[in-house]
Amino acid sequence: MNLPELIREDRSAGVFRVHRSVFGSTEIAALEQKNIFQRCWLYIGHDSEIPNAGDFRRRTVAGQPLFWVRGGDARVRVFYNSCTHWGANVCRLDEGNAELFQCFYHAWTFNNQGDLVSVPDEAGYGSGFRKQAMGLVSPPRVDNYRGLYFVSFNREVEDLASYLAEAKDYIDLILDQSEEGWRVVPGTQKYGVRANWKMFSLNSLDNYHVRPLHSTFFKYTESLGTGDPPVPPPTEFPGAQGRALSLRNGHGVDVFQSLTRARPIAHWHPILGADAKEEISSRRARLVKKFGEERAYLMCNTNRLMLIYPNFALHDIAGVSLRYFEPAGADAMDVTVQTLAPRGESAELLNRRLENFLSFLGPGGFAHPDDIEAMESAQVGFRANGPEWIDASRGMQRDGTALDEIHVRAFWRQWHAHIMGAAKAERDHD
Amino acid sequence: MRGNSLDEKITRLLLEREVEDFIAREAALLDEWRLDEWLELFTDDARYVVPSTDKPNGDPKETLGIINDDMARLRGRVERLKSRHAHREFPWSRTRRFITNVRIKDVVAEDLFVTASFLVYRIRSGQVDPLMGAYEYILRRVEETLKIGSRKAVLDLEALRPHGTLSIIL
Repeated sequence: MNLPELIREDRSAGVFRVHRSVFGSTEIAALEQKNIFQRCWLYIGHDSEIPNAGDFRRRTVAGQPLFWVRGGDARVRVFYNSCTHWGANVCRLDEGNAELFQCFYHAWTFNNQGDLVSVPDEAGYGSGFRKQAMGLVSPPRVDNYRGLYFVSFNREVEDLASYLAEAKDYIDLILDQSEEGWRVVPGTQKYGVRANWKMFSLNSLDNYHVRPLHSTFFKYTESLGTGDPPVPPPTEFPGAQGRALSLRNGHGVDVFQSLTRARPIAHWHPILGADAKEEISSRRARLVKKFGEERAYLMCNTNRLMLIYPNFALHDIAGVSLRYFEPAGADAMDVTVQTLAPRGESAELLNRRLENFLSFLGPGGFAHPDDIEAMESAQVGFRANGPEWIDASRGMQRDGTALDEIHVRAFWRQWHAHIMGAAKAERDHD
Repeated sequence: MRGNSLDEKITRLLLEREVEDFIAREAALLDEWRLDEWLELFTDDARYVVPSTDKPNGDPKETLGIINDDMARLRGRVERLKSRHAHREFPWSRTRRFITNVRIKDVVAEDLFVTASFLVYRIRSGQVDPLMGAYEYILRRVEETLKIGSRKAVLDLEALRPHGTLSIIL
């Protein structure tokens, strides 16, 4: 396989193409595991999922069986879910609370800080057996940014804050919307998609498809009546009309004005219910006071499609969703979706927030099933031998709008650098 | 629903037959994509709910599920499915529903609390995907006929995998 030729970029002609083999090749899938998933920071969860000492959640990240737990000392730790004796899983539930994790095979017992605390017939072990060195093993790096936890299997990975680069600003823009912080709402959407995982990364950034692909969703929301009129930007600051951006290191965001859609934070629409009007407008007023007109406008009246490279999409649209996905072979993936809600939100607005979320998003929504259909259809299309390339050239020769593919190219450049064995793309921007 | 006299047993048997027949008829409407007729089976205050696979008992008001429709949204869902722009279901998939173990768990005034097991196959684009679980119905007698006051489909699957969507009515 000719790795350098997988991407062809001609800046003077404004052409950017990616070879279709990247979506089906097992050789590339293996390289991705080694050069991307074993190398980057990967999202594992939000700290509200394990608020109390002993709370744990089981996760698979890049195929690695893990669980993460808040220890009796309040510290968050991530462990490989494997007994240090004969390897069985010590955490056997998806979530719960435990002081101790006892392996069901031979009853080796670990505390919730990972220490091996009990071994049946310990006297049977010789002088070289050191119990304190036989605790549960953690991935080399674990860190969080504002409660979003990431792991890395690469000891040498740069610090999380530097890895997230400019994506931090947009995470702030989302998380600052709630004055009392956020929590993950119970209930997880887990599903498979019969397409290469990168299709999800790209679809998560892409705004160009939204109108043509999701016309039935817009027809439905328009049938409910009109919401608060679109709020114009307070000044013509850069990006006020929306734009696609590279956030460096392969991350990207698409910012666009909220028109007919509801934003449970601060853009009212009938789908949110008449009772919510007051709560929403007072929240907007408080955000204006705290952050000023411009930033409050961005928070309340624009949507964000953000991808944290390689596989974590943070969407701030019909609700705030956390979507992470990983390859299940070259032509399939596993997807997990959760949603955040402001702490202290009224029960009624939470209910409406969830209804609004479900009407667009998720495997039973009015829009996302068609995303999945498009990804799977493309995966079938990639089997065709005739066409060799996919195109990602939109907006190369103009000042980016929200419909351009600037972020998509940023993803591909970083991806290509990784596949070629480099750490960083030479260029983050067009 | 108690009582062991012959009359009481016959009454119970007839009710069970009526409920089973109702559910079989509903399944046929769905398999035949006669969705407008299917909508007529519901009361105006009905809901159609599919919880997430990890919180099958979660209250949809405070738990993220997969589907939580009131009648306005359910009508919107049907309207969408009838459009050629509902791409996941254009063309429509074939479905076949097997519904068994129908039980009337309780009768409270006009409401029948009914559970049943389902196995629904969705066949499309070279894939055959089974979806299995339990229905929880509240059926209400309205002017001699039964109507659906609530319809919840609880999946036994641990995830919607490999098939990733609930684009059909489950």
